[in-house]
Amino acid sequence: MEAKAIRLQGLRKSFGDTTAVSGVDLEIADGEFFSMLGPSGSGKTTVLRMIAGFESPTAGRIELAGQDVTGLAPFERDVHTVFQDYALFPHMTVEENVAYGLKVRKVKKAERLVRARKALADVRLEGFGRRRPGQLSGGQRQRVALARALVGRPRVLLLDEPLGALDLKLREQMQVELKAIQREVGITFVFVTHDQEEALTMSDRIAVFHQGRIEQVGTPAEIYERPATPFVAGFVGTSNLLDGQSAQQVVGAPGTYSIRPEKIRVLKESAESAECADSAEVTEPEHSTVTGTVAEVVYLGDATRFLVDLDVGGRLTALQQNLETSSEDVAALRGTRVRLQWHRRHTFQVPDPR
Amino acid sequence: MTTTAQAAGRSPVRRLAGTLHRRPRLRLSLLLTAPLLWLAVLYLGSLAVLFVSAFWTTDSFTSEVVKVWSTDNFHQLFTLPVYRQVILRSIGVALAVTVLCAAIAFPIAFYTARIARPERRPLLVVAILTPLWASYLVKVYAWRLILSQGGLADWVLKPLGLSGPGYGLVAAIIALTYLWLPYMILPIHAALEQLPANLLDASADLGAGAARTFRSVVLPMVLPSVAAGSVFTFSLSLGDYITVQIVGGKTQLIGNVVYSNIELNLPMAAALGTVPVVVIVVYLLAMRRTGALSSL
Repeated sequence: MEAKAIRLQGLRKSFGDTTAVSGVDLEIADGEFFSMLGPSGSGKTTVLRMIAGFESPTAGRIELAGQDVTGLAPFERDVHTVFQDYALFPHMTVEENVAYGLKVRKVKKAERLVRARKALADVRLEGFGRRRPGQLSGGQRQRVALARALVGRPRVLLLDEPLGALDLKLREQMQVELKAIQREVGITFVFVTHDQEEALTMSDRIAVFHQGRIEQVGTPAEIYERPATPFVAGFVGTSNLLDGQSAQQVVGAPGTYSIRPEKIRVLKESAESAECADSAEVTEPEHSTVTGTVAEVVYLGDATRFLVDLDVGGRLTALQQNLETSSEDVAALRGTRVRLQWHRRHTFQVPDPR
Repeated sequence: MTTTAQAAGRSPVRRLAGTLHRRPRLRLSLLLTAPLLWLAVLYLGSLAVLFVSAFWTTDSFTSEVVKVWSTDNFHQLFTLPVYRQVILRSIGVALAVTVLCAAIAFPIAFYTARIARPERRPLLVVAILTPLWASYLVKVYAWRLILSQGGLADWVLKPLGLSGPGYGLVAAIIALTYLWLPYMILPIHAALEQLPANLLDASADLGAGAARTFRSVVLPMVLPSVAAGSVFTFSLSLGDYITVQIVGGKTQLIGNVVYSNIELNLPMAAALGTVPVVVIVVYLLAMRRTGALSSL
C-alpha cells in the first residue's frame, strides 16, 4: 500500500502546564486538500507547526511519506509553509523571496529565475518581481507567500490561516484560486482555519479540532450533515439542538438531536404556508412539526433567519431564502405564531458528550 | 455670540488652552523658541566660532591670538606628516573600536533579545546600561589599574606566557571599546527583538540552516542598526581625549593634540577640531546610504 503523505500518531504538545495538543492520530492521503478546523486555541495551529518542525512534540510520532521525521529540523523536511501573516522577507524583492528556497538548495541562478517567474505567473503576479513586499497589497503578498512555498515543489504544503487577513471579497476569490492551484499542482495541502465555511468550500476532508483533540474527521458533507459530537454540530453551521423534554416531544425519543436551520420550513400556524402555499398540506408522517412563537427575525439580504421559541421548550433557528419576501414582510413576522416543519431524515441524533 | 459667552464662563487656563488650540503657529513658536535659541546661539554659534577661529593665527612669541585671516593652519594640517599621522591614527582607532564593539555586541544582543527568557530581558538591558551610570573617569582609571604593570591583565595572562598590552594604542582601543559598547548593544538589541520570529521560521521552512538564515535574513535586517550603533561608537571615539591621556601612554590622537594646543595655539586647535566634525559628517553621509539613520 502506498504510504500516506502525513501520518500522526499519538501526537501531544504541552507548553509548561498547558496542554495544547492532547493525543492526535491522523492520516492524510497524497494529493488531498485537508483542512484542520477549530476555534482559536483548539490546537490546530500547534499540530501544523509540529508537522512543519517549528515545534517538537512532547510525545508521539510524525511521518511524512512513510518516513519518521519527528526529530528532524524544519529545513530537513520536504514541507513548505504559507504563514498567517505571510512572513515575506522585507529586505528582498518579490522575486528574491520566491527564489530564496531554490537559492538555499543551490539551484543555478538562471534556472532559479525561470522557476521564480513561472511561480509568480502561476499566482497571477507577472511583472511584480522587482517590487518589495511592502509595496504590495494584502492579497498580493498572500500570493507571493504561496508562490514562495510552491516553487520548490514540496510534497506537502501547510497553510496557516492564510486568508485570515484578507477582506471578504478577496477571501472568496482566493478560496477558488487556492483550490484551483491545488488541483493543478497535485500537492497535498494541509489548511488550518477557524472559518467553517472556508473549510466546507475547499476541502476534500476536514478534521474538527476542539481542546487539543480531533472531534471528527470526514468529508465536508459528513461533517455538516452528520456531526459526530455536539461540539461539531455547534461549531460547523448553526447550533440547533433539541434535547431533554422537547426532544421527547418532537422526535418521540430521548436524546440530543440537531436539525440544520435551512432544512426547516417556517409556516403560518393556521395550516397555510408563509412561503410555499402548495406544500401547506404536508402532514405526512415523514415530517416533524412543531409550533412556536417568532422571537427574533434577522434579515440577511438573501435570506432571513428566524429564532423561534418552541411551545415545548427550547429554541430553533430556521433559515428561509427571501424568494418573494422583503425585509418589511419578514419584520412583520416578529412575535407571530408559526409552525416549523422539516423532513424526518434531517433530524440526526448527536451522541452525548462522553 | 454664544461661543464668547461660553468662553467667558471658563477659567483663564482653559481659555488659554482654547486660544492655543485655535492658533497652531503660536503653539509651535511657544514650543520651539527656547530650544531653537539654545541650538542657534550655543550649539551652532560655538561651531561657527570654532570654524572662524581656525582661520586665525597666533603670535609665536606671545601666544596671543592674532585675528588675521589665513589658511596656514589647514595648510599645516595637510602638509606636516605628524598631523596627517595623528588624523589617520585617530580615524583608525575609531574604526577599530567600532568593529570591536560590533563584534562583541552582536552575540550579547542576540542573547538578550532572542535567547534569554522574555521576562528577564528588561533586567539584562538594565545590566547593559549600568556602566553608563558610573563616572567616565572612574571607569577609565579602572582600566588604567587593570592594564598597569603587574595589574589584572598581566596577572590573568601570565599563566599563558603572555603579558598585558601595557599603556599605549592597544590600551586606548580596549578602554574605548569598553566605554562605548552599550551604545552598540542597544540598537542591535532593539533590532533583533523586533525581528519577527516567523521570518526565521520561514527561512528554516524553505530549507535554510542556521548559518544561512543568519547570513541571508538576520544580518541584512539588523545591519542598519549596527550602522546606527557605529555612529555612536565612531564619533565618540573620534572625539575622545581623556582615555588616551590616561591609558594611551605616548599615543597622540586628535583629541589630545587639540587639548595640548588650546593654551599655546588656539587657532591650530580649532583647525584640528574641525577635522573630526568633517570626518563624522562624511561618516554620517555614508551611513545614511545604509538606512541607519532611520533606525536611530
